Amino acid sequence: MTELERYVAPTTLAAAIDCLKDGEVTILAGGTDLTPQTRAGRMRIKRTLMNIRRIPELKGIALDGGAIRIGALTTITEIMDSALIAKHLPVLVETCRHFASDQIRNAGTLGGNLCNASPAGDTAIPLLVLGASVELASKPEDKIYRRSIPLSEFFVGPGQTRRSLCELLTAVTVPLPAPGHVARFHKFGTRVGLDISTVSIGIGGTLKDGALAAARVAFGAVAATPLRAAQTEAALEGQRLDAAAIARIAAVARDEVHPIDDVRATAWYRKELIHNMTKRMLENVAQA
Amino acid sequence: MSPKHDIEFALNGIRQRVTVPATMNTLEMLRDVLGLTGTKYGCGEGECGACTIQVDGVSMNSCLMFAVDCDGRELTTIEGLANDTRADALRASFVEHGAVQCGFCTPGMVMQADHLLHKHPEPDAETIKAGIEGNICRCTGYKKIVDAIACVGCTNK
Ligand SMILES: Cc1cc2nc3c(=O)[nH]c(=O)nc-3n(C[C@H](O)[C@H](O)[C@H](O)COP(=O)(O)OP(=O)(O)OC[C@H]3O[C@@H](n4cnc5c(N)ncnc54)[C@H](O)[C@@H]3O)c2cc1C
Ligand code: FES
Ligand code: FES
Repeated sequence: MTELERYVAPTTLAAAIDCLKDGEVTILAGGTDLTPQTRAGRMRIKRTLMNIRRIPELKGIALDGGAIRIGALTTITEIMDSALIAKHLPVLVETCRHFASDQIRNAGTLGGNLCNASPAGDTAIPLLVLGASVELASKPEDKIYRRSIPLSEFFVGPGQTRRSLCELLTAVTVPLPAPGHVARFHKFGTRVGLDISTVSIGIGGTLKDGALAAARVAFGAVAATPLRAAQTEAALEGQRLDAAAIARIAAVARDEVHPIDDVRATAWYRKELIHNMTKRMLENVAQA
Repeated sequence: MSPKHDIEFALNGIRQRVTVPATMNTLEMLRDVLGLTGTKYGCGEGECGACTIQVDGVSMNSCLMFAVDCDGRELTTIEGLANDTRADALRASFVEHGAVQCGFCTPGMVMQADHLLHKHPEPDAETIKAGIEGNICRCTGYKKIVDAIACVGCTNK
């Protein structure tokens, strides 16, 4: 077992990715996941601890062609306070409001939230609904190489993603939603922000004549990763959202998830929550 | 043994140079290395807010922050609010409203309230409650704290 040997705080992306080649690097962003995880012994810091907070290229929110690009180091507070996000991606602001506490939102980053890959991670849910992609940068030779993968393919299991050890998550890109797009996020926990979600749900699509087109549904904390719910999406697609349809779709959602029993809730209770919350959210969308 | 690292930062307006182990958190550095014990250790995992400080003008849990990450930044702790007029009003209001009982949560609560008032000079009760969501108080039942912060907000009008 290797021990921590050095701490580095590179100031450019190129220097950071060079450092990753070693393979034995722990990346530090806001530290709000890393600190408690290493204290509790759930996570071991590798040979090099690399602080990426001094890299300006990883910061900022910008409209870039038909998409909004959010740098990996953007904090949850910065997302919440961004006029650009409020205008184009209001569901993300709504999500951030229910995220942890002010102190943690001021420190925690979007990149950290996604790379931590908790099944209950909050930002993944609206981002799945919005069809976001993550940008990963590496430097196999002397040039920076960037690849983009849909967030729906990014998560592999709890704490596991398709990011390779020599890649850094640099940004999240979200295509601008079509006119008439509506999206909702709901998180269930006992101490609103500070609780890890017992379940969370995101629903979105383009509302036309009381039905959602290009409907997307995502669930958190009901499986090993945050996930899109294909069956619920199919049941929702193009259906006029009257009481009978909503009841049918909520039942599909309940049957689609296979959560586990844990300290926060039983599997049965989670399925009931998914059913009742999906129903309530669709009623709300129908009135939009 | 974790490697040591030299860092330099402004602490309550005064330049500091310290050598810290790479895995030490900022709360340990403040209390154990620099001897500033106003910032409290409650839970060590981001749940209670007793360790709240301000870094580059925003509030953070010092227990969740690596000390090495303080390098080049500006830190304010409860000791640093001693000569600050906004904080004077806040302190007076906490006393007047009986918002301090055992006092253990108070430094963190005041640091967070100070940040809140900076961002929202006239917060309503909902904004205050949301703002101090990350600060636990076992004594007051929060109402007196919310009132104390709101009262400072009123005088900002
Ligand atoms: C009390 C408390 C409450 C919380 N509440 C919530 C909540 O309500 N909802 C929620 O979703 N989360 C919550 N969290 C978890 C945490 O705050 C978030 O996941 C946060 O966004 C993590 O970001 P960070 O910058 O602090 O990550 P860090 O701790 O710095 O990093 C997290 C992980 O991601 C890796 N990493 C970070 N950035 C990158 C990058 N750019 N490229 C590659 N790898 C990277 C790190 O190596 C590490 O493994 C809570 C945590 C605490 C302590
Ligand atoms: S000691 Fe830092 S939040 Fe409790
Ligand atoms: S006054 Fe005792 S914990 Fe708040």
